[in-house]
Amino acid sequence: MPTWQLRLLRGRPGSSPRLETYPVELPAEAYLIDAVEKIWAEQDRSLLFRHACHHASCGACGVRVNGRERLMCITPLREFSPDRPIRVEPLRHFPWLGDLLVDVSPMMRRMAEVGFAIIRRDELTADRPLPEGIEQGTRFEDCIECGLCLSACPVMAADEDYLGPATLAAIERMRSEPRDRDAARLLALADDPHGAWRCHSAMECTAVCPSNVDPASAIGRLRRWLIAEKLRRWFGGGR
Amino acid sequence: MSYHVIVIGAGSTGAATAHDLALRGFRVTVVERGEVASGTSGRNHCLLHSGGRYAMRDPESARECIEENMILRRIMPEALELNDGLFVALDEQDLSFKERFLAACEECGIPAREIPVKQALALEPHLNPNILAAVQVPDGVFEPFRFCLSFLATAKHNGATILTYTEVVDFVFQGRTVAGVRVRDRRTGEERVIGGDIVVNAAGPWSGKIAAMAGVDVPVVPTAGVMISVGRRWNRMVINRLNMPGDGDIIVPQRRTAIIGTTSWRVEDPDFIPIPEDHVRLLLDRAERFIPGYTRGGIRGVFAVARPLVGRRGVAADGRELSRTFECFDHAVDGVEGFVTITGGKMTTARAMAEKAVDVVCAKLGLEIPCRTREVPLLSYRAFF
Repeated sequence: MPTWQLRLLRGRPGSSPRLETYPVELPAEAYLIDAVEKIWAEQDRSLLFRHACHHASCGACGVRVNGRERLMCITPLREFSPDRPIRVEPLRHFPWLGDLLVDVSPMMRRMAEVGFAIIRRDELTADRPLPEGIEQGTRFEDCIECGLCLSACPVMAADEDYLGPATLAAIERMRSEPRDRDAARLLALADDPHGAWRCHSAMECTAVCPSNVDPASAIGRLRRWLIAEKLRRWFGGGR
Repeated sequence: MSYHVIVIGAGSTGAATAHDLALRGFRVTVVERGEVASGTSGRNHCLLHSGGRYAMRDPESARECIEENMILRRIMPEALELNDGLFVALDEQDLSFKERFLAACEECGIPAREIPVKQALALEPHLNPNILAAVQVPDGVFEPFRFCLSFLATAKHNGATILTYTEVVDFVFQGRTVAGVRVRDRRTGEERVIGGDIVVNAAGPWSGKIAAMAGVDVPVVPTAGVMISVGRRWNRMVINRLNMPGDGDIIVPQRRTAIIGTTSWRVEDPDFIPIPEDHVRLLLDRAERFIPGYTRGGIRGVFAVARPLVGRRGVAADGRELSRTFECFDHAVDGVEGFVTITGGKMTTARAMAEKAVDVVCAKLGLEIPCRTREVPLLSYRAFF
């Protein structure tokens, strides 16, 4: 069985963090979350990390792996080589609580402000008849609120008040499927110097998204819609 | 009321117990050594059970499941995909269970109806076209992290304190009565004592270890299962095999993915469970019998976790024979006052487990406060943050 070299960022707020190496024996079929959990179970009980579902549904285990935002639970060890260290660091642009742990509450509060509904109409099986007694096929929204896009976004580094890709993508989803939410309020939120206009189209959010949200395109659609609304208001004589 | 109850564990059972306690007016502190749902609850199959799976062999658990399923639809609508489920017969042996299955569902109050195979294939065109029968039941799908967070968010709103990354290291006694717990804050390394009138052990498969710290025995049998996530969604409904519960006989769709499960074997230490490669092969193989081509090239993740089954004497080693019902132990019978364990059960029955545990807490303190968790809708999980 191969031995993997994990280099984990360790430390607590108030002291300077350092990278420490841990050898972990696991088959190549295992995932990065298994390696980190095994280090916690067998080598260092003080290790702080977030995880829950282990199948990319909960969004808890986001980190940076060799500098790239990933969910540990769907990052297979076979991507790496046992003789090259795997560097694991916490997400950026969140308050750091120690080791790999960050405080995601600023993001959650923004998503709550949008009122982003977790349930959506299911478009994936819409070509089929509905089961008897079911009024509408539903499924969870793609966004799992993992924060990878916020960590990868270069604008987040420059502007603390930037709404961020996840929240803007959520506004775009609520625009296209409103579900009783107040559309005017959402659009005012997006049409703000810290909203949709702040995006530089660096596309990093879409590159790291593990859940098919494609925030960059969503922000593009939101902008086009905001422009069309303005034009309509200026030239179209209102509603 | 000034009674303070400490709940150990922020999985589904601990979260629902905290919510119930807070609603009944207790002061509540939850201590959890990791993240919310970082144990068994998070690594769940995400199946909101109709009870169909247990109707033939474990009717008590089946009844609990259908009752709680209907309650969760009312109190937690924002965390559920509700597209029903199908039990399908793949061969003659499965088919021979059909009448018994339908009768057992009726007996347990599970609205199950047989639908023609042709209709089942229209609903689920990727299903194996050679299925021999299909029965529709009100299964559903939940998001396990948000399931627990919804209970905790509501508990917090009602005054509960939730301490994550806080590990119980010892119990504090006054004579033979538990008077609190000693905890270590894993962020600072500092230890302190939290005093309480009652301590509720909701540590799932770890509840045996917690109970041992207080010097009592809980017959919990950590029974692991493997699940595989595939990065595509071909089925709208939950697909189950119409037979006795076995390995690899459920495919739970979720979001744009599906989760194939599961297997069953006893483990000593639930902290880290190595995944047996042969279980993975078995699951892939079985899933292909339901939905041919589903697993080819689409595996996203593989995970294992231990269920907290309640042990019985003379039961087979794989745990399939153990009931999925739950039990509440008042450790006064073991000579330790102020200490209660709630374990077993399914995530689907977490609310009922909490009700039972808090009923026991109330009885111990001589209180009569009715449970309200059947009616009170939960807050959004985001209110937790």
